[in-house]
Amino acid sequence: MSGFNSIALKTIWIKECTRFLRIWVQTLVPPAITMTLYFIIFGSIVGERIGEMGGRPYMEFIVPGLIMMSVITNSYSNVASSFFSAKFQRNIEEMLVAPVSTAVIIAGYVGGGVARALLVALIVTLVSFLFVDNVQLHHGIILVFTVILTSTLFSLAGLINAVYAKTFDDISMVPTFVLTPLTYLGGVFFSINLLPGMWQTIAQANPIVYMVNAFRYGFLGISDVHLGVAMGVIVLFNLAFFVIAYQLLQRGVGIRS
Amino acid sequence: MKALSIRGLRKVYKGGVEALKGIDLDVNQGDFFALLGPNGAGKSTTIGIISSLVNKTAGSVSVFGYDLDTQLVELKRHIGLVPQEFNFNQFETVQQIVVNQAGYYGVPRDVAKQRSQQYLTQLGLWDKRNSPARALSGGMKRRLMIARALLHEPKLLILDEPTAGVDIELRRSMWDYLEQINKQGITIILTTHYLEEAESLCRNIAIIDQGRIIENTSIKRLLATLNMETFVLDLDPNSVNAEITLQDFQWRQVDEHSLEVDVQKSKGLNSVFAQLSKQNIQVLSMRNKANRLEELFVNLVEQGRQSGTKAGAK
Repeated sequence: MSGFNSIALKTIWIKECTRFLRIWVQTLVPPAITMTLYFIIFGSIVGERIGEMGGRPYMEFIVPGLIMMSVITNSYSNVASSFFSAKFQRNIEEMLVAPVSTAVIIAGYVGGGVARALLVALIVTLVSFLFVDNVQLHHGIILVFTVILTSTLFSLAGLINAVYAKTFDDISMVPTFVLTPLTYLGGVFFSINLLPGMWQTIAQANPIVYMVNAFRYGFLGISDVHLGVAMGVIVLFNLAFFVIAYQLLQRGVGIRS
Repeated sequence: MKALSIRGLRKVYKGGVEALKGIDLDVNQGDFFALLGPNGAGKSTTIGIISSLVNKTAGSVSVFGYDLDTQLVELKRHIGLVPQEFNFNQFETVQQIVVNQAGYYGVPRDVAKQRSQQYLTQLGLWDKRNSPARALSGGMKRRLMIARALLHEPKLLILDEPTAGVDIELRRSMWDYLEQINKQGITIILTTHYLEEAESLCRNIAIIDQGRIIENTSIKRLLATLNMETFVLDLDPNSVNAEITLQDFQWRQVDEHSLEVDVQKSKGLNSVFAQLSKQNIQVLSMRNKANRLEELFVNLVEQGRQSGTKAGAK
């Protein structure tokens, strides 16, 4: 559909932000509580016995990873649950009957996912100040670029999940069986340089490694992978997921008969 | 200009069900048009295709000259859809729902808020503007869907069974409102199970059955084809002292104070009254027994199916 409908984009974005703000107890409070527990258990209690990781105190090392973990899960679940609910309640039809292009629908939902992810990232960062004394940002632009692109990527992934989902169970399968294992193995809690040879190679096939490390570079100036490669992987995955989401919605998969 | 023009429209769903078998349909600008048909006839599929919720298999659709395949944006701008089932977010407030819908059509937020006051007031929902949709009654939800469909000020309003499950008083008030906006120039296409609704509101009608249009004409012309009507006469029981006789009419005495009389349009009712007066029988009131359109509808659908069966047997 030709023509850029900026008012529709703004409308979808406002609707999405209103949704997650309306249910803030379900969307904003849990990451704050979970991450506080991570900081206490892995940072303070276990971390003191570990000492340093990647040349930094363990607590400092895990801060960027935990922020990124929140960004990934919140951007994904925001779009997956919102888009699936719109399908389930059939209010997605409000957009389908209107002159709203596929790209605008995607941008609106992804915009909502990114907004929630950034808000959660801010909350987790503020929580981390309770546990880390001296937080200095190494490279602000890379930090912002990484967090926006990562939340965009997982918003797109959540959208694709919601397109295929037929029940509410279907939107919790991917986070449980794919997202959580990849995130835990993605270098949030450890440097992948600690892995034995073959496992290091395998770990590099995990895209979350690149996101966590690019973000950690922006935060602390340290990374297990080359920054250029990390950025390239993130951009490439974004393009691929956008093309998939666009094709699915354009063909009306799961939303048009 | 035609508000809607459909040519050779076909829809075959996955699994091979052919919901539409090449229908042609025209609706004039300013018309109040009824699309009738039994369940599964293809009404909702037709509406789904016009409003681009259903992908067509073949054929063409244009709305005010804008083609569904090549001018989709313009076509969509001209249509307001009131679907059969509630399809708004139950957790959003009444005003959020209508303002958001206008936003999807490119109406700026401040303009949409102004219009929301106008349309929600007209439909008796302004007091409920801050209530979540799930808190509304069934009738209010129906009216909310009408307000939502009007906020971008479409030229063609399509209503898929808008008064289903609505009580009589509210249905009448919705009819009044629809007549009012039709007079203001909005073309209306209505599907309904209430044939009385089509007879009261609509000027033209198409009857669809098994994916085919079996009749497409004006309501007046359609009703004119009905030769026989049945009237129920309520009699004063004190005036009925002997056995009733009525010559040249088919009639039945339902009980001691009511008669059912079949009257051919060419004959009229004068003779009935004259004969009853001669017997000193007082007629207290009279009503038409059958819904005339319903009778025609049933006949047309049956005829259509019989001819379809014969054609199939060949």
